[in-house]
Amino acid sequence: MEANKVIHAFYTDDEVLVDAVKAVKAEHHHIEEVFCPFPVHGLDKAMGLAPTRLAITAFFYGITGLGVAIWLTNYIMIQDWPQDIGGKPSFSWFENMPAFVPIMFELTVFFAAHLMVITFYMRSRIWPFKEAENPDPRTTDDHFLMEIPVHNNEEALTSLLAKTGAVEINVVDKH
Amino acid sequence: MYQFSGKLKTFSLALIVLGVIGIAFSFYSGSQTTIEDAKHAIEAASNDGHGGSHGESIEAPHTSDNSKVDNNASGVHHGEGSVDTTMSGHGAHDDDSHAEHVLHQLQNRPWSAFYVALFFSLGLTLLVLTFYAIQRVAQVGWSVVILRVMEAITGNLLPVSILMAIVIIASVMHLNHLFPWMAEGTFDPSSENYDPIVDGKSWWINSTGFLVRSIIYLILWNTYRFFIRKNSIKEDTANDGNKTYKKNYNASVIFLFVFMITETMMSWDWIMGLDPHWFSTLFAWYVLATLLVSALTVIAFFTIYLRSKNALPGVNDSHIHDLAKFMFGFSVFWTYLWFAQFMLIWYADIPEETTYYVARFTEYKLPFLGMVVMNFAFPVLLLINSDFKSKPWFVFIGGVVILAGHYIDVFIMVMPSTVGAQWFFGIPEISALLFFIGLIIYTTLSSFAKANPVPKGNPFLAESEHFHYYNIEHSGEDSGDHH
Repeated sequence: MEANKVIHAFYTDDEVLVDAVKAVKAEHHHIEEVFCPFPVHGLDKAMGLAPTRLAITAFFYGITGLGVAIWLTNYIMIQDWPQDIGGKPSFSWFENMPAFVPIMFELTVFFAAHLMVITFYMRSRIWPFKEAENPDPRTTDDHFLMEIPVHNNEEALTSLLAKTGAVEINVVDKH
Repeated sequence: MYQFSGKLKTFSLALIVLGVIGIAFSFYSGSQTTIEDAKHAIEAASNDGHGGSHGESIEAPHTSDNSKVDNNASGVHHGEGSVDTTMSGHGAHDDDSHAEHVLHQLQNRPWSAFYVALFFSLGLTLLVLTFYAIQRVAQVGWSVVILRVMEAITGNLLPVSILMAIVIIASVMHLNHLFPWMAEGTFDPSSENYDPIVDGKSWWINSTGFLVRSIIYLILWNTYRFFIRKNSIKEDTANDGNKTYKKNYNASVIFLFVFMITETMMSWDWIMGLDPHWFSTLFAWYVLATLLVSALTVIAFFTIYLRSKNALPGVNDSHIHDLAKFMFGFSVFWTYLWFAQFMLIWYADIPEETTYYVARFTEYKLPFLGMVVMNFAFPVLLLINSDFKSKPWFVFIGGVVILAGHYIDVFIMVMPSTVGAQWFFGIPEISALLFFIGLIIYTTLSSFAKANPVPKGNPFLAESEHFHYYNIEHSGEDSGDHH
């Protein structure tokens, strides 16, 4: 089956890679994936990837944490057992609010940070014992790899990629 | 070269003239205040449960004892009578001494109104100078194209320093009652004004020391400003293998060291000295934070304005974005210090420290709480979004609220100690503000017009001109400008 074939083009320089991505995009080929040993500045823009919404989720997680902290302090310190502890006014939440601010701050940060990280793991499908999806071990060291699916255009793609400075071009079966 | 437009020049001069007229009027009407007016003010205060117009009245139970109510209305010293008599320089409780106290507060008002705006203007100009020195010392790449804007704003430093020196000399000459420790007999054990607490601090707070220190701060700051402005312009044409640049670097290092010491002592002398019975250790940091946020906002304002007039060729949306990030970050920093100071005092509730907040919380509740919204909640929610930070009009809206909020902050540092419950935001305050707004516009734009807007000799200029924050789209540029 032709559709199960992909081209792996290898590069050894991030600048060359970004230019190659732009060239491939200009020819309207779909890039399945790019594997890099380190973050390449501007690669996401060149590939036309949508911006992340992780920061937006973090904002809402933070608000959730703040809400939890307010509920927690209000329920425990004011509603459930309003003791006089060292003369602190426990008649209403607002009167004793300054004492709760450190907790409110920390829980906001705690929720925002941890839930955002977990969201990141889930969206990126990362977990312990996860099988690595690396097509070539060199991409974790000093090579960059662009993966393009083949749709009866193997010749055209290979010649295009050769022009972009690829050091190695392999056509492989995708399992 | 930038041309200071005639229209704006007229506008700023009009603000200055309007301000001067208002200030002169308020000083004139202030000098007409008599002991009778003070008695009226006391009566009015006790009749309507004192200060109903300022929101909440004091929560402590009111007795029918008139003198006690009057004492509360007078402002600075609240709460238990025992604390009051030991803490207060105005120990006596009879009506006449109270009327005199209120009279002093009424007479202070034009001075205080002027002093708040003066200190705010001087402080934020000084912090622009400091931020500028930080840019040089940190060898910052992004901000080089707006260094001349910062330099131009510091053109405001000399005129406001002279005004500050005049106010300080006037205070030392007893032309006002801004600083209570300057009152006659404070350090004289045989006087009925004798204040043992202040006397114990007289090794620091005495008129001679105060005057000498104040003049030294002003001279040190203005010396650096004079030197760096001259040498920065020299840098453009120096072509001497960055020798001038390194000289400016060294001068800025020395200035930052001097600044941290003088700023700390300045906030003790000029602000904490208004409340000689009260002290706080992180106060100087707190004052610094207020002035730093305001300084960054003013830099952003002038940058946005001058850029819109095409006077700043190298500036793009990323520079605005960075300024807005600083405004955001230091707004949070201000809140942190404001809350740290408040919460420690509130939590321990030691009477000698708490009076400071009691006076502010009872008589200044709306501005006191309102400024937290303006200085924290509003900028945090508005400027947290990366896209919003690069929109000049958004930064402008955020900046207006931030500047107003920090003016209120300085207002609340000064007013409760000088005019107490007799505060109001009226002609004296507004005209002082107009005067200093007009002054900073005039001095900034006229000194911006005197030098090349691009600091050509700076080795980081090219880096600054190509500065791009990766995350934002720039308006008016195609995607080819991004790498």
